[in-house]
Amino acid sequence: MAQPEQKPERYTGETLPAWSLPAAASAEIGIGVEWPERVTREWALGGSTGAGIRVCILDSGVQPDHPLVGPLEGAVALRKTEEGEIVVEDDTEGDLCGHGTACAGIVRSVAPDCSLFSVRVLGAGFKGSGSVLLEGLRWAIGQGFGVINMSLSTTKKQFSGLLHELADSAYFRRTVLVASAHNMPVESYPWRFSSVISVGSHEETDPLTFFYNPSPPVEFFARGVNVEVPWIGGTRIRSSGNSFATPHMSGICTLILAKHPELTPFQLKSVLYLTASNVGGAE
Amino acid sequence: MTDQNLEAAVSAGVMSAESEHRALLQSIVEVARAIFSAKAASIFLHDEDSDELVFEAVAGEGSDSLIGTRFPSSTGVAGWVLVTRQPLIIDDLEQDPRHARETAESTGYVPKAMMSVPLLHEERALGVLNVLDRSQSVEFSLGQMELLGLFANQAAIALDLLQRARHARAVLTRSGGDAGVIARIASALEDLDDEQREPVLRLLGALDDVLRTDVSF
Repeated sequence: MAQPEQKPERYTGETLPAWSLPAAASAEIGIGVEWPERVTREWALGGSTGAGIRVCILDSGVQPDHPLVGPLEGAVALRKTEEGEIVVEDDTEGDLCGHGTACAGIVRSVAPDCSLFSVRVLGAGFKGSGSVLLEGLRWAIGQGFGVINMSLSTTKKQFSGLLHELADSAYFRRTVLVASAHNMPVESYPWRFSSVISVGSHEETDPLTFFYNPSPPVEFFARGVNVEVPWIGGTRIRSSGNSFATPHMSGICTLILAKHPELTPFQLKSVLYLTASNVGGAE
Repeated sequence: MTDQNLEAAVSAGVMSAESEHRALLQSIVEVARAIFSAKAASIFLHDEDSDELVFEAVAGEGSDSLIGTRFPSSTGVAGWVLVTRQPLIIDDLEQDPRHARETAESTGYVPKAMMSVPLLHEERALGVLNVLDRSQSVEFSLGQMELLGLFANQAAIALDLLQRARHARAVLTRSGGDAGVIARIASALEDLDDEQREPVLRLLGALDDVLRTDVSF
């Protein structure tokens, strides 16, 4: 008989300070960004290659030696033991599906000098996949990545609260979560949370074209149709889906953060809005 | 047996047989194949107890004899789609040697292109629908993606009904003869015309009265 999936523990973040802003302190919280009169794509990411930004691919693993992916900073895999404990181990298997390699290749193509790290949360079966995903995300947030690409989702409501806490935690720790929206009429997470950058697909071919959606919950559309991506076995395939729009957006976020590392996720989202192809700052 | 289980078991007796459910699955894959002018379409259901994907139906290319074949729920593209709940459209699949081998073993047919979509109903991922080698006369578009999503939603509702019926029938089998008699009566009643049904209902009503009365002999 199947055992019910173990309910993960609540997320315990940092200790909480009391928040207020005394009059004398208001001068000390100056914003370290020189905002131009008009925020343009050129100001936001012109000349950036993504150098200095660590990007996590939370997925099926990444084939490390694929020419379209290049070197990885590191790779771990999460596994559920027979006792139900979830452990983080060095990943020696690479990609079990091809999907993670595809996502990594897209980020690399947009932000060639970024640092890529693979966190494998898939491949050990359907059961337990929700709790492994949660633990993988928790681990990744703890590593302080600049961007975490999540081309996946869960429909299980029991995980939504914890995922929401983790997404908010990432947001306040300056880790940008970029998550695939669903193109089917189902409730799924974490893309619906406002603290993540949610992504659907558009049909254009320019990898840097993205649109702001004035009718959320999905907030941005990026290239996701007929994309040539790296796959396992050193191959390339053509693929479509929001799963592939998401790493395009992750790559764009990486370019902006590399040029403006002081941006918070809130500020980054504002820059994305102002430079979206349908908003006016796209040149 | 709880009232709920009895109700489900009796419903199963009235509802169609396994062969008719197979016909429903077959119809789903036939329509999926037709919508996309594809060479084949297939359905895998997720067996929650064993955590395996079970090959349930195929239309077009492929082997009927593979129906019932099982493989781990995280295998290949279908496994990915099940676990992530995200649809995936892949072309040039022949370049992926591992996929070719796995697919050949599980479907008897190696496609060049595949649309794979999770069958989601409420919180549950019931299985995966694959559409293999769709017509390449038009390039894949978001319109096709939307159509695939809409069709998958309809298929998932049908699969949910099917799984409920199977569950109810399992309850019926486990209950031994008791619920079976009631289910057979309910099924026979369903087949009667109004004129025949009326006296039988009177008889059953009288039986119900007797059973509800605290009779001591």
